[in-house]
Amino acid sequence: MKILVAVKRVIDYNVQIRVKEDGSGVHTDNVKMSTNPPDDNAVEESVKLKESGKVKEVVAVTIGEEKAQETVRKALAVGADRGIHVKADSYIEPLGIAKILKKVVEKEKPDMVFVGKQAIDDDCNQTGQMLAAMLNWPQATFSSKVVLKDKSMEIVREIDEGLETIEVNLPAVVTCDLRLNEPRYASLPNIMKAKKKPIDQMVAKDLGVDIANRVQQLKVEEPPKRKAGIKVSNVAELISKLKNEAKVI
Amino acid sequence: MSVLLIAEHNNKNLKPFTLNAITAASKIDAEVHVLVAGSGSENVAKEVAAIPLVKKVLHCDSPNYQNYLPENLAPLVTKNADKYDHIVASANTFGKNFMPRVAAALDSSQVSDVIKVNSPDTFVRPIYAGNAFATVKSNDKKRCVTIRPTSFEPAPKTGGSAQVEKVEAVDIPNFSKFIKREETKSERPELGTARVVISGGRGLESGENFKLITDIADKLNAAVGASRAAVDAGYISNDHQVGQTGKVVVPDLYIAVGISGAIQHLAGMKESKIIVAINKDGEAPIFSIADYGLEADLFKALPEFLSELNKLNTIQK
Ligand SMILES: Cc1cc2nc3c(=O)[nH]c(=O)nc-3n(C[C@H](O)[C@H](O)[C@H](O)COP(=O)(O)OP(=O)(O)OC[C@H]3O[C@@H](n4cnc5c(N)ncnc54)[C@H](O)[C@@H]3O)c2cc1C
Ligand SMILES: Nc1ncnc2c1ncn2[C@@H]1O[C@H](COP(=O)(O)O)[C@@H](O)[C@H]1O
Repeated sequence: MKILVAVKRVIDYNVQIRVKEDGSGVHTDNVKMSTNPPDDNAVEESVKLKESGKVKEVVAVTIGEEKAQETVRKALAVGADRGIHVKADSYIEPLGIAKILKKVVEKEKPDMVFVGKQAIDDDCNQTGQMLAAMLNWPQATFSSKVVLKDKSMEIVREIDEGLETIEVNLPAVVTCDLRLNEPRYASLPNIMKAKKKPIDQMVAKDLGVDIANRVQQLKVEEPPKRKAGIKVSNVAELISKLKNEAKVI
Repeated sequence: MSVLLIAEHNNKNLKPFTLNAITAASKIDAEVHVLVAGSGSENVAKEVAAIPLVKKVLHCDSPNYQNYLPENLAPLVTKNADKYDHIVASANTFGKNFMPRVAAALDSSQVSDVIKVNSPDTFVRPIYAGNAFATVKSNDKKRCVTIRPTSFEPAPKTGGSAQVEKVEAVDIPNFSKFIKREETKSERPELGTARVVISGGRGLESGENFKLITDIADKLNAAVGASRAAVDAGYISNDHQVGQTGKVVVPDLYIAVGISGAIQHLAGMKESKIIVAINKDGEAPIFSIADYGLEADLFKALPEFLSELNKLNTIQK
């Protein structure tokens, strides 16, 4: 079996983002970038399935500018076999990303596609579900446990009420939660080896799909700031403030 | 032109967040129609028909929709989408699961997690874990929108009498199967709608110690929340997680105990009316957004907090 895993390059989750003064977006110059965190879990799960012997090949794909290749290299360094970089110079919405991924799926014919459940920059939580719909495949979203069987997967999903278990036939799309696994670090020798693994290049606008954005970003602003509060010196004072000042208990 | 909103329910009762989504939908367009798809769900259709803001109920009752598998639900929504300009649902795990399938089928670019409706095509939504707000305009003819429920008031439940129209089930693909749902049962209020929330983090050190939190929750009639670190460490189940990848809560009072205040956690609670932080590290970032900060060891502070609460003769419920 074969897995396609999608990795997105985003501003590192530790960075405190700064909104641009002109409202056009957030500052990205000289800002640390890394792989979208749940995409690391998607890569880890793919590599684990390969190590279990059931999966023969793991292909990592990214869509983005030249530097987005770093995310593919990182996937290769922890065990993916080869990479695909679909070049795109500007932001593409999940709808367009899903259309591009569909093209890649048609070419690569994987049995499973693993993606992160949500990109931590646009916080859309759409791409995997859209791709599944376009392919007319089943989906397992917010997955925290994956058991691969011969022709299906049994998946535990994190939902608002607790946990849900479903079974989806292959081929299927899986969107990964951070609790799915513990992503490994790449060892130096594996980072060196990954440099020799192939990365195919394509250009998004040559793929013959409509990737024009439909949702126009009019402005980006800082959220209203909270007023700084006070420190209380003990529990009794806290209770008194909550009761008499804030009037919430 | 009207809005089709997809109701969330458990075949017996409507889930509360649908009411918040209805309020948001009515700000997009007053002609709000609600699709109730379920199995043995007559009562839910009746409940929805009584909501004054709802102008019409589309009711589809079939075993196909028993567990609202997105592979089954999305084609039903898509088939009934013709007459509508907007398809709306809550941005919780229910709406997040099926709505992008509908959007893809309609070739529409979904607007996720809307916190404000400026006009029928322009919305405000948080990005970067709520560290920025984006105003976006959708140029699609049919717009798929999910609503952050806590940003809108729940719609009143009674007084209306919308017409209920039966709609036919559509064929299902039969490639996914529901096996089971393990719901965390609790007598406490739901996290998303509770007036008071008390959350514990890694500072609690164990699941047993969460009793310090739950005792206070019971006293205050509060819901119990947690940081991702506490859930990851197995102190408490995933449905308690507050934050960017957990739940968003906006209670009147949020008490964060042994939580450092990472931006991903703040994303889920910083709109709370009053925030209290109890942490032994005076430099913890949580203090920068807390109205009342108590720098203390939680193992000492929480028992004291409970005993002080016990001394009060009245507590707001
Ligand atoms: C993509 C992504 C998504 C994420 N999503 C979420 C999310 O949805 N929700 C979330 O919460 N996190 C999320 N996180 C994790 C987040 O970054 C933090 O790691 C997490 O919130 C830390 O949890 P914590 O505050 O409980 O633990 P820590 O950061 O370890 O803080 C523990 C705190 O407890 C205090 N403490 C310890 N002992 C005591 C004591 N005896 N008395 C008083 N105080 C004490 C310490 O001073 C410290 O401040 C996400 C991370 C990523 C990368
Ligand atoms: N540009 C991209 N390149 C590769 N994968 C992507 C890209 N955008 C989104 N994805 C995948 O889709 C997931 C969900 O993204 P989103 O729908 O934007 O929240 C991410 O976690 C990635 O796995």
